Amino acid sequence: MGIVSKVHPVRSHSNAAQGGINAALNPDDTWESHAFDTVKGSDYLGDQDAIEVMAREAPEEILHMEHLGVTFHRNEEGKLGTRAFGGASAARTYYVADITGQAIMHVLYEQLMKYSEQITRYEEWFSSSLAIDENGECCGVVTRNVADGSMELFQAKSVILATGGSGQIWKPTTNALICTGDGIAMAYRVGAKLMDMEMIQYHPTTLAGKGFLITEGARGEGALLLNKNGERFMEKYAPNKMELASRDVVSRAEQTEINEGRGFPDGTVALDITVVPKKRIHEALREIVLVGRDFAGVDITREPIHIKPGNHYTMGGVKTDVEGRTDIPGLYAAGEVACVSVHGGNRLGANSLLDTLIFGKHSGRDAAARALRTDWSKPSGKVLEDEQAMVDDINGREKGSGRRVSEIKLELGQTMDAKVAVFRDEAGITEALETVRRLKEEAKTAYIDDHGQVFNQDLMGAIELGYMLDCAECSCIGALERKESRGAQYRTDYPERNDEEWLKHINLEKTEDGPEISYSEVTITQWQPEARTY
Amino acid sequence: MADYTIKVRRYQPESGDPAYWEEFNVELDPSLSVLDGLLQAKDRDDGSLAVRCSCRAAICGSCGMKINGKSGLGCQTQIGEAQEAADKKASAVGGESEGNVIVIEPMGNQPVIKDLVTDMESTHWTKFRRVTPWLLPHGEPPEREYIVEPESMVDITQSMACIQCGACVSSCLSMEADPLFIGPAALAKAYRFVGDPRDAETLERLTDLAKDPHGIYDCTHCFSCVDACPKGVAPMDQIMRLRRKAGEHGIEDPNSGHAHEMAFVNIIEKKGTLDESLLLQESFAPGVLGKLMPSKRAIKEMIGSLPTAIRGIKTGKMRSLPKLIPGVHHKLPGGAQDDVKAIYKRAEESNIEFNLYIKGEEGDQEAAVEERLEPAAAPGAEEASNG
Repeated sequence: MGIVSKVHPVRSHSNAAQGGINAALNPDDTWESHAFDTVKGSDYLGDQDAIEVMAREAPEEILHMEHLGVTFHRNEEGKLGTRAFGGASAARTYYVADITGQAIMHVLYEQLMKYSEQITRYEEWFSSSLAIDENGECCGVVTRNVADGSMELFQAKSVILATGGSGQIWKPTTNALICTGDGIAMAYRVGAKLMDMEMIQYHPTTLAGKGFLITEGARGEGALLLNKNGERFMEKYAPNKMELASRDVVSRAEQTEINEGRGFPDGTVALDITVVPKKRIHEALREIVLVGRDFAGVDITREPIHIKPGNHYTMGGVKTDVEGRTDIPGLYAAGEVACVSVHGGNRLGANSLLDTLIFGKHSGRDAAARALRTDWSKPSGKVLEDEQAMVDDINGREKGSGRRVSEIKLELGQTMDAKVAVFRDEAGITEALETVRRLKEEAKTAYIDDHGQVFNQDLMGAIELGYMLDCAECSCIGALERKESRGAQYRTDYPERNDEEWLKHINLEKTEDGPEISYSEVTITQWQPEARTY
Repeated sequence: MADYTIKVRRYQPESGDPAYWEEFNVELDPSLSVLDGLLQAKDRDDGSLAVRCSCRAAICGSCGMKINGKSGLGCQTQIGEAQEAADKKASAVGGESEGNVIVIEPMGNQPVIKDLVTDMESTHWTKFRRVTPWLLPHGEPPEREYIVEPESMVDITQSMACIQCGACVSSCLSMEADPLFIGPAALAKAYRFVGDPRDAETLERLTDLAKDPHGIYDCTHCFSCVDACPKGVAPMDQIMRLRRKAGEHGIEDPNSGHAHEMAFVNIIEKKGTLDESLLLQESFAPGVLGKLMPSKRAIKEMIGSLPTAIRGIKTGKMRSLPKLIPGVHHKLPGGAQDDVKAIYKRAEESNIEFNLYIKGEEGDQEAAVEERLEPAAAPGAEEASNG
């Protein structure tokens, strides 16, 4: 068993999950309630069988993490304590200050070290493509050792993608620089279906310009959203849940305030955390104190901080079933790279860590069982040689042969943030798609400066650009295709949800002429779609 | 927008050339980071400039580096502030012969792979694995969660907040002298388990780290790691906690530091003020007035420290010889002696380790202490804190 990671595993982006992880663990809470909140949060686009699995298994998973050593917050009795989170009908978010993702990921890395005899860690190995055998099954990954540039084919009976989302397509974004959609694009290129790629979450509280995340936990602790007139504007948009409505609702409310001139001149509204007791801020929102201080020059315990909606999460991804299986036998996906779909049109806060753990576990189990019952097979083509040729081609481009990779990335990010964001329409999305297709052409001749083997980040950046452009094209096509407003997809030219025609997933499959569109049913078990208010 | 010059220590391993300096001119808002400056240089001028980075928000721990000689994170240091620090440094050495440029180097105490990328595996991560960095509970886990004191989780969350960036390792003076020193990051990680009530191998962990000549007593208490840490983990504080816990568990301290510390505590409790005539004896043969026999090692060390004591008397650091005769030490007037004892009693009753991680700024910590000692706050105080 091996784990391949393009950065050291503790640098991975699960670090950024601040607020916590949901589970109906309290005796007076129920998994059905958690599941319903998730279904409603998804704007009924989530598959209810998968959501049921996630909500039902959540309590056991939290306890498992606790037993492994996660330092979850305790209540007065020394038991696990919770905080409130958006879109939830009970306080069921378990947390470690506001470093929950970091705390869980570091504990999982501890376990990797503990079991190092069974699991080999390939730290700083970059994956460039998946290997497929003559039966169309996944049989390995081609990788590049970042330290010395050597390329290798890792043969495998099962491959699980846990490569995260594609947030770097947008600029700004809360996502780390490594979130370039690698797994989504690699799976797409070997024929796996992608699903609901238009569903891109804009988080309600990010720092203007830099895109840094301010945890939803701040609002969970009681922080208020105010426009420039000091009005608590959420009263108009979500009179019951106010600041703790689901994220798509809050982001749209903020953007409306800003667009209609009630925001601040820097295109923001204010998040007022000063209403939370100071001691509680230092205990529960420590990271945000630092973010405010270091990146905005604001003492959040004393003054409101300016925020705006910012790109945050890829709800869509590689289509999988509840065991993490993609359309390609032997290929699995779990976490943000995957679309099971538990998040549908909008992910609830504190459901992402849960998604990674639950479906990571399911994928692992099924992948292990498959590995035990199948024989080794070989790639049908010369996949390693092909990848080496691809690398040599990029390396061989001379300065001035085309545009700089960094220029193309910037144009892509700005285009997507302008046209495929909180509010969308046909004209804007079409424009974005045309730009993406032009950039795809330009990427073929884009040059890099570094032609060495050791730690050639320039080369990896060029490969990542290819991943990003594939993902961006799919997000544009999905957004153009879905002619309704649901969850994070708000079309100003189709402002209503249309269950009649669009209560279905949009699947995209790679062909010679670009992504081919097909549809799949949304699984409904016990919750029929109804109007969604908060 | 402002213009900055960043001077980067570069090393391209495949060129065959030794490390060299290169200056880049960048243009960005002063509130953006040094990392943003480096990325701009990389994007516009030279894509071969190697620097690990990912989150840009001081949580992934990738971009440890030295900025104007100080270890920290590139993404957490605002470029405007780095320029101010460079200006200050230039004026301190009297002149601008080199120009007031922002100087960026790879982290220290780790081999350089390329430019700002260091080999953390052979140094930091190897030391990290040395402390058995996973939870070792005994027996089967409970059906539900482990029930533990809420404070204990907050307490170890301070070391859990470590992002393994290596800035403390880079700045560690002890490691510069002894490359085998386990070091601040790994030892802070060790405290994360020693302080965890769910871990069942506290004594084994402490004994291991105390016996290792490169372990907890190898720290020289220089505070460099506390200054360097971008996350308020204060690794040295965690090392001192390990030492204190080792002392509490009766683990022998090769430096006799714990016994020496306890000598101060016990003498003042007994006498009200410090009776230095007892200090040597008490440090090596504890039990005020030497009721316990010193060990052979203690006698050797006691004799060994006599020249220091004599030097102390000569230079006036210790009080004059007649006053060192036992019994000459003056007594506290009136009930003061009882007051001292009352302070000890109170300290024991409220033996809470105040934790910087949750208490935040210095002022808050003082306020929190006051709050704990004076539960009935003065009228008006509440209003002020709510305001």
